[in-house]
Amino acid sequence: MSALTFTLKKDLAQKLDVSPLTPDLLAGKSLAEISATLLWYGKKQIRVDEAFEITGKDTNEIVFDQSTSKIDYIGSGLKTGRITVNGDAGAFLAFQMQQGIITVHGNVNDFAATEMAGGLLLINHNVGDYLGGALVGNKKGMKGGTIIVKGNAGERTGDQMRRGIILIEGNVGNYCASRMLAGTIGVLGNVGEYVGYGMRRGTILLTQTPKLHATIQDCGIHTMPFLSLMFKSFSDFPSKFAHNNQNRVHRFAGDIGNDGKGEILVLK
Amino acid sequence: MMINGVQIDDTFAEAFNMRGTRLIITAQNHKWAYNGANAMTGFATSVIGCGVEAGIERELSPQETPDGRPGVAVLMFAMGSAVLMKQLENRMGQTILTCPTAAAFSGIEGNDRINLGKNLRFFGDGFQISKQFGGKRYWRVPVMDGEFITEETTGMVRAVGGGNFLVLATSQPQALDACEAAIEAMTKIPNVIMPFPGGVVRSGSKVGSKYKTMFASTNDAFCPTLKGVTDTQLSEDIESVMEIVIDGLTEADIRKATYVGIKAACKLGAENGIKRISAGNYGGKLGQFQFHLRDIMNDKTLNGEMA
Repeated sequence: MSALTFTLKKDLAQKLDVSPLTPDLLAGKSLAEISATLLWYGKKQIRVDEAFEITGKDTNEIVFDQSTSKIDYIGSGLKTGRITVNGDAGAFLAFQMQQGIITVHGNVNDFAATEMAGGLLLINHNVGDYLGGALVGNKKGMKGGTIIVKGNAGERTGDQMRRGIILIEGNVGNYCASRMLAGTIGVLGNVGEYVGYGMRRGTILLTQTPKLHATIQDCGIHTMPFLSLMFKSFSDFPSKFAHNNQNRVHRFAGDIGNDGKGEILVLK
Repeated sequence: MMINGVQIDDTFAEAFNMRGTRLIITAQNHKWAYNGANAMTGFATSVIGCGVEAGIERELSPQETPDGRPGVAVLMFAMGSAVLMKQLENRMGQTILTCPTAAAFSGIEGNDRINLGKNLRFFGDGFQISKQFGGKRYWRVPVMDGEFITEETTGMVRAVGGGNFLVLATSQPQALDACEAAIEAMTKIPNVIMPFPGGVVRSGSKVGSKYKTMFASTNDAFCPTLKGVTDTQLSEDIESVMEIVIDGLTEADIRKATYVGIKAACKLGAENGIKRISAGNYGGKLGQFQFHLRDIMNDKTLNGEMA
């Protein structure tokens, strides 16, 4: 059975919320039912077949073709199956995702993986701000799963992150891992200013020493055996991180302005 | 039944339901993995006085361990889950936490999980760090040599303890030689340990005693120096008896180890003073498992898998 494919045919002037288009919500539905599903488009609702051409049948494998950054909430609350995005994705990609796999072959807007709880999110290009963060007003961001970004990530990556793994092969903007509660963020490129600002616990893994603010403290250079364990668990990931096995790091602890149990590890 | 001139008694070993677990101890090198594992499995010969019976199952190469360092696999058995958990936590805290460069990981899956580092983490006094990789939780506890790494829990499974056989020989050195040969072969069998010193026990016991405070005492029927004064099980030519006790994860594992051990002991044969192989039991009333020696030695399926 071929993948259920939504090819964008409408020239979107407004944001389109595709949160109803997930494997678990579409399972068992006929083409007519799927076509008639209503999506929020700006402040009105439109039918799915008004925006997309629909082909294929396998609801467990959904594809968005010709996707643009106007399409929000792709893979919202994903519980099972696989979603592939050919093109860009809008805001709130993988919102509260629980399981499954989302792959994006393009750029992604802000608030991706907000409050993600599990599964794998693979972004082949760049991603905007607040990757893996919390909804405004909520106190905990991403709480599980794995995010792999091949390109760069914006500011506040991993803001209030609680658990899980974010691996970025490119650069990250300012305030990376701000207010981080726990979990792991790895960055192969550069990070901006104020990395780990207000972090309480958690691990930030870097390849070069960034400019650190005053409340991040130097703990010296160490060989840390847990890194072998961690890199071994990365070995199946479709990422450059899979080939790393260094365990000698410069350890910085902080943010001592907020308990100071977090760490920034710079690979040596 | 005779093998190479050695008589195999028509008797059986009586074994019991136990709870077992496996853990993997790794370290900078095998020397320190053994230092940790030997300490952990020290004074763990019999549940009667030690709480658990434990031993090193085998050596692990760096490719076989979770953290890619040299390691050893340890098996630990107890009569119940509570005592197993208590002993494991005590031994972890005193022998693995303390051992330079050592780390501990779960070595067995199972729906029943028991604490490995779950409470040990509090040694970190708030500086301990939890990390979850591949669905497993690990603890990093800062210690003076760096960091102590341990998995949070390990699996607990139903197991079998108390498989055994006796080697009867015409002299003490010959009995020991046969037991050493048996142990050397049996240590190659997975899923079993022989918990006594060097795998061999010389003080087999019987139930009861003339002293009210003792519930077990020396097995006088097999004591060679008492031949004339007790209801002895020994013929005139037997001068020494030694026993090998086996704990294993399953009944099949113990059968295999028993087969391999008796085979190795019998290889020395009558010309080296090995006269009889027997086994210890309680009349079949106490244990849930019976390992009949002749049945095991006639089992062709075990022959093919002999190490």
